Amino acid sequence: MPSLKDLRGRIASVKSTQKITSAMKMVAASKLRRAQEAAEAGRPYAERMGRMLGNLAGSVAGLPGSPKLLSGTGKSDVHLVVVMTADRGLCGGFNGSIVRSARIMINELVAEGKQVKVLCVGRKGRDALKRDHAKLIIDSYEGVGRRGLSFAEADEIATRVLTMFDAGEFDVCTIIYNKFKSAISQVVTRQQLIPFAVPQAANANEAPAGPKAMYEYEPSEEGILAELLPRNVAMQIFSALLENAASEQGARMAAMDNATRNAGEMINKLTLTYNRTRQAMITKELIEIISGAEAL
Amino acid sequence: MAETLEFELVSPEKLLVSEPVEMVVVPGAEGNFGALPRHAPMLTTVRPGVLDIYKGGKVESRIFVAGGFAEVNEERCTVLAEEAVRLEQLTGDVVEKRLQAARDASQEADTPAEKAQAQRQLAIAEAMRAAIA
Repeated sequence: MPSLKDLRGRIASVKSTQKITSAMKMVAASKLRRAQEAAEAGRPYAERMGRMLGNLAGSVAGLPGSPKLLSGTGKSDVHLVVVMTADRGLCGGFNGSIVRSARIMINELVAEGKQVKVLCVGRKGRDALKRDHAKLIIDSYEGVGRRGLSFAEADEIATRVLTMFDAGEFDVCTIIYNKFKSAISQVVTRQQLIPFAVPQAANANEAPAGPKAMYEYEPSEEGILAELLPRNVAMQIFSALLENAASEQGARMAAMDNATRNAGEMINKLTLTYNRTRQAMITKELIEIISGAEAL
Repeated sequence: MAETLEFELVSPEKLLVSEPVEMVVVPGAEGNFGALPRHAPMLTTVRPGVLDIYKGGKVESRIFVAGGFAEVNEERCTVLAEEAVRLEQLTGDVVEKRLQAARDASQEADTPAEKAQAQRQLAIAEAMRAAIA
């Protein structure tokens, strides 16, 4: 039976924890709004780039000598997996679910006899994957998007990936991140980056706009594609990072909301025990006095 | 008012301009071109340079773009810019600093990828200086 003093101490400590979690929730909520705005602001660019690519890819598809970023190297022996997580924890299952998905994928690929390389973006993912797959991790990035995500950061990662691709260090590249669905739901997404799968939707959207217009290309289809595809890789990474940032804040907000509620419940329970104990003690003292008086 | 075309200027971070204009002059990879309404469909790369927006028969605003892509068709002109700044916001100091930084970077670059990157930055910075000169 804990003493009254112990109980008072526990109630106080749970209360201060609750204060912290509810403050974190507020912070996450305001960051979430900003991240969401950023994600939305990035969409027009991605959309239009997708439209252009769909357009172009349609006209060069199947041609021999189409860029490797589009058609692949013709092999799929070496896979590069880019795992995007947060730098910080305390955001519910956010990092865990990405890591789990990454682990499943790595194990599947290894079982198929493929060679796997892992590039980690975010500290948490690296820490978690280091346990099982330390040898596969080639590099990791930290502190991405700490002060608002900029395109330059995405570009840096993209340049790294493209340099490796040009050097023939891998054949297929996939990114794993959390797609932002709503503040309370995020979906782990695996997206193939290289070779680039032209989204069918882009073509479908194009269709109702009338008969497919004949475009003039300057300098040439190949020339534009050669520039557009690397940009697209950077863009895909950028939008994945944006989605991830929004998801992280959403997940943290939900997790902190839960924690605050749990702390509240705990305080109620502890207060009840505290009061019961206090009353029991008073009763006990009374009985002692009365029985002492009767004995006289 | 004369016939207009929908002009959109988009950077990865946000949609910068979206408005009807009379004409835009875009610094295309193979020379500047003016896009008027009912232009033939065209797709081109954009080199670092100045983009002019015409309204009411005169230049309404000038924007520096650091390369990207442009898509033109009958009713719209979309420019995907890597970076875009209004010309009046560019000052000599900033440009000089950037040029210096780009020069340093190209001096220090070792790998071919770094060199290519530095070259691109240098080209952008030089185009910037030419734009405000």
